[in-house]
Amino acid sequence: MKTLVEAVNDGLHTEMERDPSVMVMGEDVGILGGVFRATAGLRERFGSDRCVDTPLAEAGILGTAVGLAMAGFRPVCEMQYDAFSYPCLDQLICHVGRYRWRTGGAMEFPITVRMPYGGRVRAPELHDDSPEAYYVHTPGIKVAIPSTPADAKGLLAAAIRDADPVVVLEPKLIYRTARGEVPEGEHVVPLGSARVARQGTDVTVVAYGAMVAVAEAAAERADASVEVLDLRSLKPLDEGALLESVGKTGRAVVVAEAPRVAGFAAEVAAVLAEKAILDLRGPVVRVTGYDVPYPYWTIEDAYLPSPERVLAALDKVMAF
Amino acid sequence: MRASMRVEPSPAMPELRRVIGDGEGHPDGEVTGLDDAGLLALHRSMVLLRTYDERSLTYHRQGRIGTYAIFWGTEAIQAGSVHALDEVDWVFPSYRESAIGLLRGMAPATILAWWRGHPAGWWDPRERRVASICVPIATHVPHAAGLAWGLRLRGERGCAVCYFGDGATSEGAFHEGANFAAVMDAPLVLLCNNNQWAISTPLAAQTRAAALADKAAGYGMPGVRVDGGDVLAVYDATRQAVERARAGEGPTLIEAVTYRMAPHATADDPSLYIDEARVEEERRSECVARYEGYLRRRGLLTDELAEAARADALAAMREGIAAAEALPAPDPALVFDTAYADPPAQLVAERAELLRLLSEDGR
Repeated sequence: MKTLVEAVNDGLHTEMERDPSVMVMGEDVGILGGVFRATAGLRERFGSDRCVDTPLAEAGILGTAVGLAMAGFRPVCEMQYDAFSYPCLDQLICHVGRYRWRTGGAMEFPITVRMPYGGRVRAPELHDDSPEAYYVHTPGIKVAIPSTPADAKGLLAAAIRDADPVVVLEPKLIYRTARGEVPEGEHVVPLGSARVARQGTDVTVVAYGAMVAVAEAAAERADASVEVLDLRSLKPLDEGALLESVGKTGRAVVVAEAPRVAGFAAEVAAVLAEKAILDLRGPVVRVTGYDVPYPYWTIEDAYLPSPERVLAALDKVMAF
Repeated sequence: MRASMRVEPSPAMPELRRVIGDGEGHPDGEVTGLDDAGLLALHRSMVLLRTYDERSLTYHRQGRIGTYAIFWGTEAIQAGSVHALDEVDWVFPSYRESAIGLLRGMAPATILAWWRGHPAGWWDPRERRVASICVPIATHVPHAAGLAWGLRLRGERGCAVCYFGDGATSEGAFHEGANFAAVMDAPLVLLCNNNQWAISTPLAAQTRAAALADKAAGYGMPGVRVDGGDVLAVYDATRQAVERARAGEGPTLIEAVTYRMAPHATADDPSLYIDEARVEEERRSECVARYEGYLRRRGLLTDELAEAARADALAAMREGIAAAEALPAPDPALVFDTAYADPPAQLVAERAELLRLLSEDGR
């Protein structure tokens, strides 16, 4: 049994062992082993040139990773917190997602960006964000979000091995509370494959990251038979699994902790509107964060999707 | 202009290095590393760049290329630095150095295709160790720092040169790239083309630093100032910086001081902000003629050689624009085909759908 953050650490060890071109870089990832200990032991095992304590500069971390990729490395960049990643968006949008295109496909930029994300950890401002929409919206980028320890290891391995740049968002709320069996040695979960976390027949709750557990908790208490679909990968999106589940249940609720407007839940709803309209027996309802700055922690529980809010959405959809 | 915006020389301001004299009071100097053939090859490179730039302006006016960033007057910075490099070294151009690949054997048609918005203007940076042209300001500085750091990690001999303007030194990306390069002992030369204008913004409104080279001290690297119109001064400063880089001593910042002698780009109207008399004065001491004077004083450049350099460059450009114009219209599939190595299924479906629609339309 491993926790989710231990599985990330295991995945980094395994991939660095397997491929000498993989290097980990970021703030405090070396001697400290990362503020969440996700990179603990890497520096001792692989040396300070492969697990690099960088200057405190997120755009510089990702910008130099572009150059390191040009020199033949596979950089795995840690952004210390979700909201601290915003300075790196300049490099991500202007270069990481475009450079392959700019070379006519001649050069690959196998860069992985991983970061803890999400709320309810009782932290100061800007340690709580869910920035996945910025990343998913950027052409040339792929985005994965695990909800279990095994997937944390397997999706990270897929990201590191992918020829394209991949952002992996790790739900920090469940870094140490999610525990599960994690395959020893090499373990890859392909990008673009969703997971049915709970079987059901009446309604599908689509979720990812820490919201999968919220969806499952609501499903336990619901009168209806609820299927929970853990997307695992936002881009590529497993449309087949989504359409299959909603084709079966005819109803969908989408749960995400990011703000609502133009968030990924809206994308899921749009896919269902375009491709599953005749299967739907009710509206696709979103349960998300609100379009406000992420609140201080004494009131953050009111902001985040809760099992109660998911249940209310389920009632609405079932009663339609 | 407010009095406080005037920049006084700092006590620490590095001297402005020059090698080429004026044929009168100031004698010509010498540089190590260039024999007679090397001096003449440098001349041909400058003429090639000059011809590329002048022809491109004409092509733009004729509607044969799109918006174009003119670099007239900065050939010394580009040619002087590239000639101080080996083939193993990397070059990271901004749009102001769009044609620098010519000095590595890139075909003019490739760069003209880039300015024509045609995918044939793409290239593989590894082929000639010329990175893609960076359009946003200074964001390639961290790339060059990372690549140079990577070369050091691999134990390779190569280094990198990154080109940017005075305005770029205000960007965070310049700072982060320079700092990373210093901390990682990256074999990097940061080459600032200080032409004193960022479109309409003069240097005095860009920084309170007396000299951009002074910024190097903040990164713990040497800062050097050279006359950017003196190709041999640029060559010599780059050669020394490359030597330091190869010796594992880390990056160097070179400030090549010049003056923008042409509009920022073809869409710009500098009459709104620049002193045209100053531009005319600067153009009278432009770098190609200065270097030709030097070579003639040394008895190396004859009229025949000068004429041959120009004729060859013109022929290359004629051939280049013809080849660029002869390129077939790009396949619309290219909209999709190079974005991902392994594209998401949705993108694959959209590609098929678009191509089906286009073929139905008979387009």
